[in-house]
Amino acid sequence: MRIQVLGPGCTKCKELTKRTENAVRLLGLELTVEKVTDFREIMKFGIMMTPALAIDGTVKIVGRVPTEAEIQTVLTTALS
Amino acid sequence: MQWIAVALAVAVWIFVYRSLEPFSNWFAFDLLRMRAGSHLASSVQFFIFEAPKVVLLLTVVVFGVGIVRTFFTPERTRRILAGKREAAGNVFAGLLGVVTPFCSCSAVPLFIGFVTTGVPLGVTLSFLVSAPMVNEIALVLLFGLFGWKVALLYLGTGLLIAIVSGWVLGRLRLERWVESWVYQTTPGAGEASGESSLNWSERVGQGRAAVKDIVGKVWPYVLAGIAVGAAIHGYVPENFMASIMGKGTWWSVPLAVLLGIPMYSNAAGIIPIVQALLGKGAALGTVLAFMMAVIGLSLPEMIILRRVLKVPLILTFAGVVGFGILVVGYLFNILI
Repeated sequence: MRIQVLGPGCTKCKELTKRTENAVRLLGLELTVEKVTDFREIMKFGIMMTPALAIDGTVKIVGRVPTEAEIQTVLTTALS
Repeated sequence: MQWIAVALAVAVWIFVYRSLEPFSNWFAFDLLRMRAGSHLASSVQFFIFEAPKVVLLLTVVVFGVGIVRTFFTPERTRRILAGKREAAGNVFAGLLGVVTPFCSCSAVPLFIGFVTTGVPLGVTLSFLVSAPMVNEIALVLLFGLFGWKVALLYLGTGLLIAIVSGWVLGRLRLERWVESWVYQTTPGAGEASGESSLNWSERVGQGRAAVKDIVGKVWPYVLAGIAVGAAIHGYVPENFMASIMGKGTWWSVPLAVLLGIPMYSNAAGIIPIVQALLGKGAALGTVLAFMMAVIGLSLPEMIILRRVLKVPLILTFAGVVGFGILVVGYLFNILI
Protein backbone atom coordinates (compact mmCIF):
# COMPACT_ATOMS: atom_id res chain seq x y z
CA MET A 1 0.00 0.00 0.00
CA ARG A 2 1.42 3.35 -1.01
CA ILE A 3 0.67 6.32 1.26
CA GLN A 4 1.29 9.82 -0.01
CA VAL A 5 0.71 13.24 1.54
CA LEU A 6 0.32 15.94 -1.09
CA GLY A 7 1.21 19.52 -0.29
CA PRO A 8 3.93 22.19 -0.63
CA GLY A 9 5.01 22.01 3.00
CA CYS A 10 2.89 24.54 4.84
CA THR A 11 1.79 23.89 8.41
CA LYS A 12 -1.35 22.02 7.35
CA CYS A 13 0.63 19.64 5.18
CA LYS A 14 3.12 19.00 7.98
CA GLU A 15 0.27 18.33 10.39
CA LEU A 16 -1.33 15.88 7.99
CA THR A 17 1.99 14.09 7.58
CA LYS A 18 2.46 13.86 11.32
CA ARG A 19 -1.04 12.51 11.93
CA THR A 20 -0.71 10.01 9.10
CA GLU A 21 2.60 8.76 10.45
CA ASN A 22 1.03 8.36 13.88
CA ALA A 23 -1.93 6.47 12.44
CA VAL A 24 0.39 4.19 10.48
CA ARG A 25 2.42 3.47 13.59
CA LEU A 26 -0.67 2.84 15.72
CA LEU A 27 -1.95 0.33 13.19
CA GLY A 28 1.40 -1.43 13.28
CA LEU A 29 2.02 -0.97 9.58
CA GLU A 30 5.56 -1.07 8.28
CA LEU A 31 5.03 1.67 5.74
CA THR A 32 6.62 5.05 5.04
CA VAL A 33 4.55 8.13 4.38
CA GLU A 34 5.72 9.78 1.18
CA LYS A 35 5.63 13.54 0.92
CA VAL A 36 4.85 14.96 -2.50
CA THR A 37 5.76 18.63 -2.63
CA ASP A 38 6.30 19.25 -6.32
CA PHE A 39 3.23 20.90 -7.81
CA ARG A 40 3.66 19.20 -11.15
CA GLU A 41 3.33 15.86 -9.40
CA ILE A 42 0.52 17.06 -7.17
CA MET A 43 -1.55 18.23 -10.11
CA LYS A 44 -1.46 14.72 -11.59
CA PHE A 45 -3.78 13.66 -8.80
CA GLY A 46 -6.43 16.04 -10.07
CA ILE A 47 -6.95 18.03 -6.89
CA MET A 48 -7.39 21.74 -6.38
CA MET A 49 -6.71 22.06 -2.70
CA THR A 50 -3.92 20.96 -0.45
CA PRO A 51 -3.15 19.17 1.78
CA ALA A 52 -4.40 15.84 0.54
CA LEU A 53 -3.97 12.19 1.40
CA ALA A 54 -3.66 9.55 -1.31
CA ILE A 55 -3.62 5.76 -0.94
CA ASP A 56 -2.31 3.71 -3.88
CA GLY A 57 -2.67 6.69 -6.19
CA THR A 58 -6.27 7.55 -5.27
CA VAL A 59 -7.01 10.67 -3.29
CA LYS A 60 -9.03 9.86 -0.17
CA ILE A 61 -9.07 13.17 1.68
CA VAL A 62 -8.55 16.61 0.15
CA GLY A 63 -8.25 20.19 1.35
CA ARG A 64 -8.30 19.57 5.07
CA VAL A 65 -6.50 17.91 7.94
CA PRO A 66 -8.60 15.02 9.25
CA THR A 67 -8.38 13.55 12.73
CA GLU A 68 -6.03 10.64 13.35
CA ALA A 69 -9.08 8.47 13.89
CA GLU A 70 -10.38 9.31 10.45
CA ILE A 71 -6.98 8.57 8.90
CA GLN A 72 -6.94 5.22 10.65
CA THR A 73 -10.38 4.41 9.24
CA VAL A 74 -9.22 5.31 5.75
CA LEU A 75 -6.14 3.13 6.13
CA THR A 76 -7.99 0.12 7.48
CA THR A 77 -10.61 0.37 4.73
CA ALA A 78 -7.84 0.43 2.15
CA LEU A 79 -6.20 -2.60 3.68
CA SER A 80 -9.29 -4.76 3.45
CA MET B 1 -31.42 16.62 19.93
CA GLN B 2 -28.78 18.46 18.02
CA TRP B 3 -31.13 21.40 17.41
CA ILE B 4 -31.81 21.80 21.12
CA ALA B 5 -28.07 22.02 21.72
CA VAL B 6 -27.73 24.59 18.99
CA ALA B 7 -30.62 26.70 20.34
CA LEU B 8 -29.11 26.58 23.81
CA ALA B 9 -25.71 27.60 22.49
CA VAL B 10 -27.29 30.57 20.69
CA ALA B 11 -29.09 31.72 23.85
CA VAL B 12 -25.93 31.50 25.94
CA TRP B 13 -23.98 33.33 23.28
CA ILE B 14 -26.45 36.23 23.13
CA PHE B 15 -26.48 36.55 26.90
CA VAL B 16 -22.70 36.60 27.23
CA TYR B 17 -22.35 39.01 24.33
CA ARG B 18 -24.78 41.46 25.83
CA SER B 19 -23.14 41.32 29.24
CA LEU B 20 -19.64 42.07 28.04
CA GLU B 21 -19.64 45.83 28.15
CA PRO B 22 -21.18 46.18 31.62
CA PHE B 23 -18.97 43.34 32.83
CA SER B 24 -15.81 44.96 31.50
CA ASN B 25 -16.69 48.26 33.14
CA TRP B 26 -17.44 46.56 36.42
CA PHE B 27 -14.23 44.56 36.19
CA ALA B 28 -11.91 47.49 35.56
CA PHE B 29 -13.52 50.14 37.68
CA ASP B 30 -15.26 48.31 40.53
CA LEU B 31 -13.37 45.07 40.96
CA LEU B 32 -9.87 46.29 40.31
CA ARG B 33 -10.68 49.78 41.61
CA MET B 34 -8.90 51.51 38.81
CA ARG B 35 -9.17 55.24 38.45
CA ALA B 36 -11.58 56.15 35.71
CA GLY B 37 -9.74 58.07 33.06
CA SER B 38 -6.34 56.51 33.79
CA HIS B 39 -4.46 54.95 30.89
CA LEU B 40 -4.26 51.52 32.48
CA ALA B 41 -7.96 51.41 33.36
CA SER B 42 -8.82 52.39 29.83
CA SER B 43 -6.64 49.68 28.38
CA VAL B 44 -7.90 47.01 30.75
CA GLN B 45 -11.53 47.82 30.14
CA PHE B 46 -10.94 47.78 26.41
CA PHE B 47 -9.26 44.40 26.60
CA ILE B 48 -11.85 42.75 28.85
CA PHE B 49 -14.62 44.02 26.64
CA GLU B 50 -13.10 43.43 23.24
CA ALA B 51 -11.25 40.15 23.65
CA PRO B 52 -14.24 37.92 24.53
CA LYS B 53 -16.43 39.91 22.15
CA VAL B 54 -14.17 39.29 19.19
CA VAL B 55 -13.81 35.61 20.07
CA LEU B 56 -17.58 35.25 20.31
CA LEU B 57 -18.13 36.93 16.96
CA LEU B 58 -15.42 34.82 15.42
CA THR B 59 -16.97 31.61 16.69
CA VAL B 60 -20.32 32.43 15.18
CA VAL B 61 -18.91 33.54 11.88
CA VAL B 62 -16.53 30.68 11.39
CA PHE B 63 -19.31 28.24 12.24
CA GLY B 64 -21.74 29.80 9.79
CA VAL B 65 -19.20 30.11 7.01
CA GLY B 66 -17.97 26.59 7.66
CA ILE B 67 -21.46 25.42 6.81
CA VAL B 68 -21.82 27.70 3.77
CA ARG B 69 -18.54 26.35 2.46
CA THR B 70 -19.84 22.82 2.37
CA PHE B 71 -22.01 24.09 -0.47
CA PHE B 72 -19.18 25.69 -2.42
CA THR B 73 -16.22 23.53 -3.26
CA PRO B 74 -13.41 24.67 -5.59
CA GLU B 75 -14.68 22.04 -8.05
CA ARG B 76 -18.04 23.71 -8.16
CA THR B 77 -16.47 27.14 -8.49
CA ARG B 78 -14.36 25.93 -11.36
CA ARG B 79 -17.36 24.50 -13.13
CA ILE B 80 -19.21 27.77 -12.77
CA LEU B 81 -16.28 29.81 -14.05
CA ALA B 82 -14.98 27.63 -16.89
CA GLY B 83 -15.78 29.07 -20.24
CA LYS B 84 -17.26 32.31 -18.95
CA ARG B 85 -16.04 35.32 -20.85
CA GLU B 86 -14.16 38.10 -19.17
CA ALA B 87 -16.13 40.81 -17.39
CA ALA B 88 -18.97 38.46 -16.42
CA GLY B 89 -16.38 35.91 -15.40
CA ASN B 90 -14.52 38.47 -13.33
CA VAL B 91 -17.70 39.34 -11.44
CA PHE B 92 -18.50 35.72 -10.69
CA ALA B 93 -14.92 35.01 -9.73
CA GLY B 94 -14.92 37.89 -7.28
CA LEU B 95 -18.18 36.76 -5.70
CA LEU B 96 -17.15 33.12 -5.53
CA GLY B 97 -13.84 34.06 -3.95
CA VAL B 98 -15.76 35.19 -0.91
CA VAL B 99 -17.47 31.86 -0.28
CA THR B 100 -14.98 29.31 -1.57
CA PRO B 101 -12.67 27.91 1.07
CA PHE B 102 -9.14 29.14 0.57
CA CYS B 103 -5.83 28.75 2.30
CA SER B 104 -2.74 30.31 0.77
CA CYS B 105 -1.07 26.98 0.14
CA SER B 106 -4.04 26.02 -2.01
CA ALA B 107 -3.41 29.06 -4.19
CA VAL B 108 -1.22 27.10 -6.57
CA PRO B 109 -3.36 23.98 -7.14
CA LEU B 110 -6.38 26.24 -7.46
CA PHE B 111 -4.64 28.46 -9.97
CA ILE B 112 -3.47 25.54 -12.08
CA GLY B 113 -6.83 23.80 -11.81
CA PHE B 114 -8.66 26.88 -13.04
CA VAL B 115 -6.28 27.93 -15.76
CA THR B 116 -6.01 24.50 -17.36
CA THR B 117 -9.75 24.00 -17.60
CA GLY B 118 -10.73 27.04 -19.56
CA VAL B 119 -10.96 29.73 -16.91
CA PRO B 120 -9.25 32.85 -18.36
CA LEU B 121 -6.17 34.14 -16.56
CA GLY B 122 -7.79 37.44 -15.62
CA VAL B 123 -10.82 35.69 -14.16
CA THR B 124 -8.60 33.36 -12.14
CA LEU B 125 -6.72 36.36 -10.80
CA SER B 126 -9.97 38.04 -9.77
CA PHE B 127 -10.64 34.97 -7.72
CA LEU B 128 -7.14 35.01 -6.25
CA VAL B 129 -7.60 38.59 -5.13
CA SER B 130 -11.02 38.28 -3.58
CA ALA B 131 -10.48 34.96 -1.83
CA PRO B 132 -7.99 36.11 0.79
CA MET B 133 -9.04 39.75 0.92
CA VAL B 134 -12.80 39.58 1.16
CA ASN B 135 -12.56 37.34 4.11
CA GLU B 136 -15.69 36.44 6.04
CA ILE B 137 -13.81 36.76 9.30
CA ALA B 138 -12.88 40.33 8.45
CA LEU B 139 -16.43 41.11 7.34
CA VAL B 140 -18.22 39.96 10.41
CA LEU B 141 -15.68 41.47 12.76
CA LEU B 142 -16.00 44.78 10.94
CA PHE B 143 -19.75 44.43 11.28
CA GLY B 144 -19.54 43.66 14.97
CA LEU B 145 -17.16 46.46 15.79
CA PHE B 146 -18.05 49.21 13.36
CA GLY B 147 -21.53 48.51 12.10
CA TRP B 148 -22.96 47.26 8.88
CA LYS B 149 -21.99 50.31 6.82
CA VAL B 150 -18.26 49.78 7.26
CA ALA B 151 -18.62 46.05 6.67
CA LEU B 152 -20.61 46.63 3.50
CA LEU B 153 -18.08 49.20 2.34
CA TYR B 154 -15.28 46.72 2.80
CA LEU B 155 -17.20 44.00 0.98
CA GLY B 156 -18.17 46.25 -1.89
CA THR B 157 -14.79 47.84 -2.46
CA GLY B 158 -12.95 44.56 -1.95
CA LEU B 159 -15.08 42.95 -4.64
CA LEU B 160 -14.65 45.94 -6.90
CA ILE B 161 -10.88 45.79 -6.60
CA ALA B 162 -10.88 42.05 -7.24
CA ILE B 163 -13.12 42.32 -10.30
CA VAL B 164 -11.45 45.33 -11.86
CA SER B 165 -7.84 44.31 -11.26
CA GLY B 166 -8.53 40.82 -12.59
CA TRP B 167 -10.16 42.33 -15.65
CA VAL B 168 -7.29 44.76 -16.21
CA LEU B 169 -4.73 42.00 -15.80
CA GLY B 170 -6.69 39.90 -18.28
CA ARG B 171 -6.64 42.72 -20.83
CA LEU B 172 -2.88 43.03 -20.47
CA ARG B 173 -2.48 39.55 -21.93
CA LEU B 174 0.07 38.36 -19.43
CA GLU B 175 -0.20 34.66 -20.22
CA ARG B 176 3.42 34.59 -21.33
CA TRP B 177 4.43 35.22 -17.75
CA VAL B 178 2.77 32.14 -16.40
CA GLU B 179 5.30 29.34 -16.03
CA SER B 180 4.97 27.29 -19.20
CA TRP B 181 4.71 23.96 -17.45
CA VAL B 182 1.40 25.09 -15.98
CA TYR B 183 -0.31 25.17 -19.35
CA GLN B 184 1.19 21.84 -20.20
CA THR B 185 -0.40 20.22 -17.18
CA THR B 186 -3.27 18.03 -18.25
CA PRO B 187 -6.42 18.77 -16.30
CA GLY B 188 -6.71 16.21 -13.56
CA ALA B 189 -9.27 13.52 -13.03
CA GLY B 190 -11.61 16.04 -11.42
CA GLU B 191 -14.01 14.97 -8.65
CA ALA B 192 -11.29 13.66 -6.46
CA SER B 193 -12.83 14.86 -3.26
CA GLY B 194 -15.61 12.33 -2.76
CA GLU B 195 -17.29 14.82 -0.47
CA SER B 196 -19.93 15.99 -2.91
CA SER B 197 -23.13 15.48 -0.95
CA LEU B 198 -23.36 15.94 2.78
CA ASN B 199 -26.44 15.78 4.94
CA TRP B 200 -27.23 18.54 7.44
CA SER B 201 -25.77 16.73 10.38
CA GLU B 202 -22.47 16.41 8.52
CA ARG B 203 -22.58 20.06 7.49
CA VAL B 204 -23.05 21.16 11.08
CA GLY B 205 -20.18 18.87 11.96
CA GLN B 206 -18.00 20.68 9.42
CA GLY B 207 -19.03 23.97 10.97
CA ARG B 208 -17.98 22.81 14.40
CA ALA B 209 -14.74 21.39 13.04
CA ALA B 210 -14.04 24.74 11.39
CA VAL B 211 -14.54 26.53 14.71
CA LYS B 212 -12.22 24.16 16.54
CA ASP B 213 -9.66 24.42 13.79
CA ILE B 214 -9.72 28.13 12.94
CA VAL B 215 -10.62 29.71 16.27
CA GLY B 216 -8.31 27.24 17.95
CA LYS B 217 -5.49 28.43 15.76
CA VAL B 218 -6.26 32.12 15.57
CA TRP B 219 -7.11 33.08 19.15
CA PRO B 220 -3.54 33.87 20.30
CA TYR B 221 -3.24 36.32 17.42
CA VAL B 222 -6.59 37.82 18.29
CA LEU B 223 -5.62 38.31 21.92
CA ALA B 224 -2.25 39.74 20.95
CA GLY B 225 -3.89 42.08 18.46
CA ILE B 226 -6.41 43.21 21.04
CA ALA B 227 -3.71 43.73 23.63
CA VAL B 228 -1.90 46.02 21.20
CA GLY B 229 -5.20 47.70 20.44
CA ALA B 230 -5.83 48.11 24.16
CA ALA B 231 -2.43 49.70 24.66
CA ILE B 232 -3.04 52.09 21.78
CA HIS B 233 -6.50 52.80 23.13
CA GLY B 234 -5.25 53.60 26.59
CA TYR B 235 -1.93 55.22 26.00
CA VAL B 236 -1.76 56.85 22.62
CA PRO B 237 -3.10 60.38 22.66
CA GLU B 238 -6.47 60.96 21.09
CA ASN B 239 -5.42 62.56 17.86
CA PHE B 240 -1.96 61.13 17.46
CA MET B 241 -2.92 59.05 14.47
CA ALA B 242 -4.66 61.99 12.87
CA SER B 243 -1.31 63.63 12.34
CA ILE B 244 0.16 60.71 10.38
CA MET B 245 -2.87 58.86 9.13
CA GLY B 246 -5.47 61.57 9.07
CA LYS B 247 -7.17 63.09 6.11
CA GLY B 248 -4.84 66.05 5.89
CA THR B 249 -1.74 64.14 4.83
CA TRP B 250 -1.88 63.12 1.16
CA TRP B 251 0.88 60.58 1.59
CA SER B 252 -0.82 58.60 4.33
CA VAL B 253 -2.74 56.35 1.93
CA PRO B 254 0.25 55.32 -0.23
CA LEU B 255 2.28 54.85 2.92
CA ALA B 256 -0.41 52.65 4.44
CA VAL B 257 -0.58 50.53 1.29
CA LEU B 258 3.20 50.22 1.01
CA LEU B 259 3.47 49.23 4.66
CA GLY B 260 0.62 46.79 4.36
CA ILE B 261 1.66 44.83 1.29
CA PRO B 262 4.62 42.94 2.76
CA MET B 263 2.90 42.50 6.08
CA TYR B 264 0.66 39.60 6.73
CA SER B 265 -1.84 39.07 9.44
CA ASN B 266 -4.90 36.97 9.63
CA ALA B 267 -8.04 39.06 9.47
CA ALA B 268 -8.94 38.54 13.10
CA GLY B 269 -5.67 39.83 14.47
CA ILE B 270 -5.70 43.06 12.57
CA ILE B 271 -9.22 44.20 13.36
CA PRO B 272 -8.52 45.44 16.88
CA ILE B 273 -5.57 47.43 15.59
CA VAL B 274 -7.88 48.92 12.97
CA GLN B 275 -10.30 49.83 15.72
CA ALA B 276 -7.70 51.47 17.88
CA LEU B 277 -6.33 53.45 14.92
CA LEU B 278 -9.78 54.65 13.92
CA GLY B 279 -10.55 55.56 17.49
CA LYS B 280 -7.50 57.77 17.54
CA GLY B 281 -8.38 59.82 14.54
CA ALA B 282 -6.92 57.91 11.62
CA ALA B 283 -8.95 58.44 8.47
CA LEU B 284 -11.25 55.58 7.49
CA GLY B 285 -9.90 55.36 3.95
CA THR B 286 -6.31 55.08 5.10
CA VAL B 287 -7.11 52.41 7.67
CA LEU B 288 -9.19 50.33 5.26
CA ALA B 289 -6.45 50.59 2.66
CA PHE B 290 -3.95 49.40 5.21
CA MET B 291 -6.14 46.49 6.21
CA MET B 292 -6.76 45.42 2.62
CA ALA B 293 -3.09 45.62 1.81
CA VAL B 294 -2.17 43.52 4.81
CA ILE B 295 -4.63 40.69 4.34
CA GLY B 296 -5.08 40.87 0.59
CA LEU B 297 -1.46 40.88 -0.53
CA SER B 298 1.13 39.06 1.44
CA LEU B 299 4.74 38.12 0.98
CA PRO B 300 4.16 34.45 1.87
CA GLU B 301 1.46 34.22 -0.78
CA MET B 302 3.66 35.93 -3.39
CA ILE B 303 6.44 33.50 -2.62
CA ILE B 304 4.14 30.53 -3.11
CA LEU B 305 2.74 31.98 -6.32
CA ARG B 306 6.29 32.28 -7.64
CA ARG B 307 6.05 28.58 -8.37
CA VAL B 308 3.52 29.21 -11.09
CA LEU B 309 3.90 32.87 -12.00
CA LYS B 310 7.02 34.59 -13.23
CA VAL B 311 8.25 37.63 -11.35
CA PRO B 312 6.96 40.27 -13.81
CA LEU B 313 3.45 38.91 -13.42
CA ILE B 314 3.68 38.78 -9.66
CA LEU B 315 4.88 42.37 -9.58
CA THR B 316 2.16 43.48 -11.98
CA PHE B 317 -0.38 41.63 -9.90
CA ALA B 318 0.74 43.29 -6.68
CA GLY B 319 1.00 46.62 -8.45
CA VAL B 320 -2.47 46.57 -9.97
CA VAL B 321 -4.15 45.38 -6.80
CA GLY B 322 -2.12 47.79 -4.69
CA PHE B 323 -3.12 50.61 -6.97
CA GLY B 324 -6.77 49.63 -6.67
CA ILE B 325 -6.48 49.66 -2.89
CA LEU B 326 -4.83 53.06 -3.09
CA VAL B 327 -7.66 54.51 -5.17
CA VAL B 328 -10.25 53.11 -2.78
CA GLY B 329 -8.38 54.60 0.17
CA TYR B 330 -8.28 58.05 -1.40
CA LEU B 331 -11.90 57.88 -2.49
CA PHE B 332 -12.99 57.14 1.03
CA ASN B 333 -10.98 59.91 2.55
CA ILE B 334 -12.51 62.30 0.08
CA LEU B 335 -16.07 61.08 0.25
CA ILE B 336 -16.49 60.31 3.92
